[in-house]
Amino acid sequence: MELVTIILSGILIASATYLILSKSVLRIIIGISILSHGVHLMILTMGQLKRGNVPVLDDSVSTYTDPLPQALILTAIVISFALTSFSLILLLRNYKELGTDNTEDMKGVPHGD
Amino acid sequence: MTFIHIAIFLPVIAAIAIAIIYRYVKDVHLGWFVLPVPAVIAAYLFSLIPTVSTDGPIHQNLNLMPRIGMNFDVYIDGLGLLFAILISGIGALVVLYSIGYLSKEEKLGNFYVYLLIFMTAMLGIVLNDNVLMLYFFWELTSISSFLLIAFWYTRDKSIYGAQKSMLITFFGGFMMLGGFIVLYIITGTFSIREMIGNVDLIIDSNLAPFAVVLILLGAFTKSAQFPFYIWLPDAMEAPTPVSAYLHSATMVKAGLYLVARFTPVFAFSELWVWIILLGGLITLVWASFNAIKQDDLKGVLAFSTVSQLGLIMSLLGVGALAVATGANEEIFTVAVVAAVFHIINHATFKGSLFMVAGILDHETGTRSIRKLGGLLTLMPISFTMTLVTALSMAGIPPFNGFLSKELFLEAMFEISHANFSALADWSVLFPILGIVGSIFTFVYSLKLIHGVFFGDRSYDTPKEPHEAPALLLISPIILSALVIIFGLFPNILSGTIIDPAAMSILGTDTALNTQISHWHGFNNPALWATVAIIVIGGVMYIFRNSWMFIYDYHKEHFTLNYLYEQGLLYSQLGSKKATDGVMTGFFRDYMVYIFGFFVLFSIITTFFTGLPITFDDFADVGIQDMVLVIIILISLAIIMMTRSRMVSIIMLGAIGFSMALFFAFFRAPDLALTQLSIETVTTTLFLVCFYHLPKKSKHEETIKFKFTNFIISVGVGAVVILFGLSAYSNRLFESISQFHIENVYELAAGGNMVNVILVDFRGYDTLMETLVFGIAGIGIYALMKAKVKGKDDNNEEHA
Repeated sequence: MELVTIILSGILIASATYLILSKSVLRIIIGISILSHGVHLMILTMGQLKRGNVPVLDDSVSTYTDPLPQALILTAIVISFALTSFSLILLLRNYKELGTDNTEDMKGVPHGD
Repeated sequence: MTFIHIAIFLPVIAAIAIAIIYRYVKDVHLGWFVLPVPAVIAAYLFSLIPTVSTDGPIHQNLNLMPRIGMNFDVYIDGLGLLFAILISGIGALVVLYSIGYLSKEEKLGNFYVYLLIFMTAMLGIVLNDNVLMLYFFWELTSISSFLLIAFWYTRDKSIYGAQKSMLITFFGGFMMLGGFIVLYIITGTFSIREMIGNVDLIIDSNLAPFAVVLILLGAFTKSAQFPFYIWLPDAMEAPTPVSAYLHSATMVKAGLYLVARFTPVFAFSELWVWIILLGGLITLVWASFNAIKQDDLKGVLAFSTVSQLGLIMSLLGVGALAVATGANEEIFTVAVVAAVFHIINHATFKGSLFMVAGILDHETGTRSIRKLGGLLTLMPISFTMTLVTALSMAGIPPFNGFLSKELFLEAMFEISHANFSALADWSVLFPILGIVGSIFTFVYSLKLIHGVFFGDRSYDTPKEPHEAPALLLISPIILSALVIIFGLFPNILSGTIIDPAAMSILGTDTALNTQISHWHGFNNPALWATVAIIVIGGVMYIFRNSWMFIYDYHKEHFTLNYLYEQGLLYSQLGSKKATDGVMTGFFRDYMVYIFGFFVLFSIITTFFTGLPITFDDFADVGIQDMVLVIIILISLAIIMMTRSRMVSIIMLGAIGFSMALFFAFFRAPDLALTQLSIETVTTTLFLVCFYHLPKKSKHEETIKFKFTNFIISVGVGAVVILFGLSAYSNRLFESISQFHIENVYELAAGGNMVNVILVDFRGYDTLMETLVFGIAGIGIYALMKAKVKGKDDNNEEHA
């Protein structure tokens, strides 16, 4: 299973990279979202998968899955959500001010000379 | 801290006082307050002459940064004392002269503060044993010289000259620091005397050539040697007292001092001797050749300074032979004596000549030789001084320049006896170069005297010429008198100053007992050389109009100035081009750099260290897992290919919800819950944004397949997979999670381990995460609410 998730997260990150390299801001934000999915999956995999039980204390159970990566991912999910929503609103505002969502068109007017 | 340290820093201390006096005293010329400073230092240094010449060097230690070996160790030997007396003595005369030269309307406070800083810096260079402090003072002279050249900073030419001299001398100073560090690596000390003591180490080291070249770069740039002389003629935009002081008598001799000081260290090196000897002679010939075509008085003097410095440099090269070859020592010792003697002579006659040039400028309003003429009867005192000093410069008896020029020619003839490298094979070259340079020197000296004071009285000078006031005349008169006195009685110098200085250059303790005399007998080749110089030079000057046309062939494109200008221009253009090429301003390009280098360096690292991967210890794959994997892959494919934004947003949601399911399968209920709710909110947000986005955009029109992007993203994915596998299969030690599992109830009184870790074991993370969330909320609110200037305003601003 770990082999599959590692490869899957590799594919997720590769596609995210391709999206981030595109010109449309919306695609870049989608790319960032996919990138965070890939990273979360990778963190979870590093703690080994499917060993033991749900990490909730239970007298009848002797082995649990690693709870630490889960706590880390929980933090990461919230932070990446904050990032995604902020960049989405930034995109919106950007579009209202500049009238484009294409990064190639977002060049400042050169100052001075 | 001794009195000598205070004496060196006295000018800087005085500079503070001067700056205060300048504010409150307006009636008296500021120079009168400055004058005592160099005078006191000069008097003090004179009182040290008997001590140094009989008892040997004075050494005083002052620890500044002993850890790194940067100490202000004052070391006064004959060489240092000679320079220090020149600096303070001529400094006093220059201050006196500047009182007459600069009017009270000028920014005198600035002028004297810069000048005093310079004085401290020069004294620090020459009375110093520690190379790090030497470098410190060295750069201080460059900075104060920069400030003084740009004293009239409203003129473009002043700024140009100051920048040029700064670039060149700072370049050399920096190289010199590198040379000092190489010496430190070889010998393990920053003290010059200890370096001389460890000269065996330097001879054996194969780093020595680097030190030689780097230190000579410092000396050649500072002393305006070929090909670095180009800054000196442009530094003539400085006020004339500055030109007289810095650019003839003191600062430009710092490089000579450096060479003289390091002669005992490097004399063994063939590189050192060849560079100094040939560099000096080429400078002598080239600069004296160029001096003839100059029209500006100060231009002639600037090139003349360069050529005289080259003469001294070549003499130091012959002097190095005296250290290197013990056998013929007697012969080459003469060269060191000549070098020291000419340093003194040049300081006297060139200082005086500059002052006279300043007087002519001051009293007639022009420095152009073409406009001046026939001033003999109008300015008799200036004429006398010019006659004495220019003839001394040309090497005519009975003035002091004659004596050192004789010694110079003698030294050049003596090279044929040198048993060092291939010098003897080339011995014909040296006297010829020396004689040719001297002929040119004679010609421009004659031009200086004849062009300004003889011929027809010219009436197109801006001011009516008349003799200068006494205040301006005192300093050049003193210097001209010294030219005659040293010329007639050279031996008053030899025992007191020249011998100790020559001894410290040679690094010996045995007394030299030099006797300088006018007459060496008929069988001395130098005598006939002098006769030849006078005859040929005289003939060349008389028929000057028939050969001056050769200067027309010296086109602008072949000068070093042109090279410097083009070098400066193209280094600016080149760096602009490089920046413009890399800094495109497009987000995508920068991301390509970042990802590209990520992949590149990962591959390189993997290549050199290897990535051990083992395929074992994997959990089973269930059917439901594979279904999820397939769902995610299909969604990804659709996102990549679809033109519709709506579809890609929905597919992103599909990936997110699949992730939540993954979390559920992998026994992470809290994660699954969070992922579900957050994915819902995110998708909603995307849809809200979608509603406001433009109807048509590039995104929907075309999604071109970009091959580079594809390669880079495949590379990134491959690197991630490889590193993930390698990390998974190399577990160095057990996870610390067992601690959390065991203590979750005992220590934290909770059953849900993930939640206990979040709020108890690692509560700080959660606190900061909450903060991130809050900041994002505030940021979004601000983005929605904040008013920025309307588009029209923006356009107006940029237009």
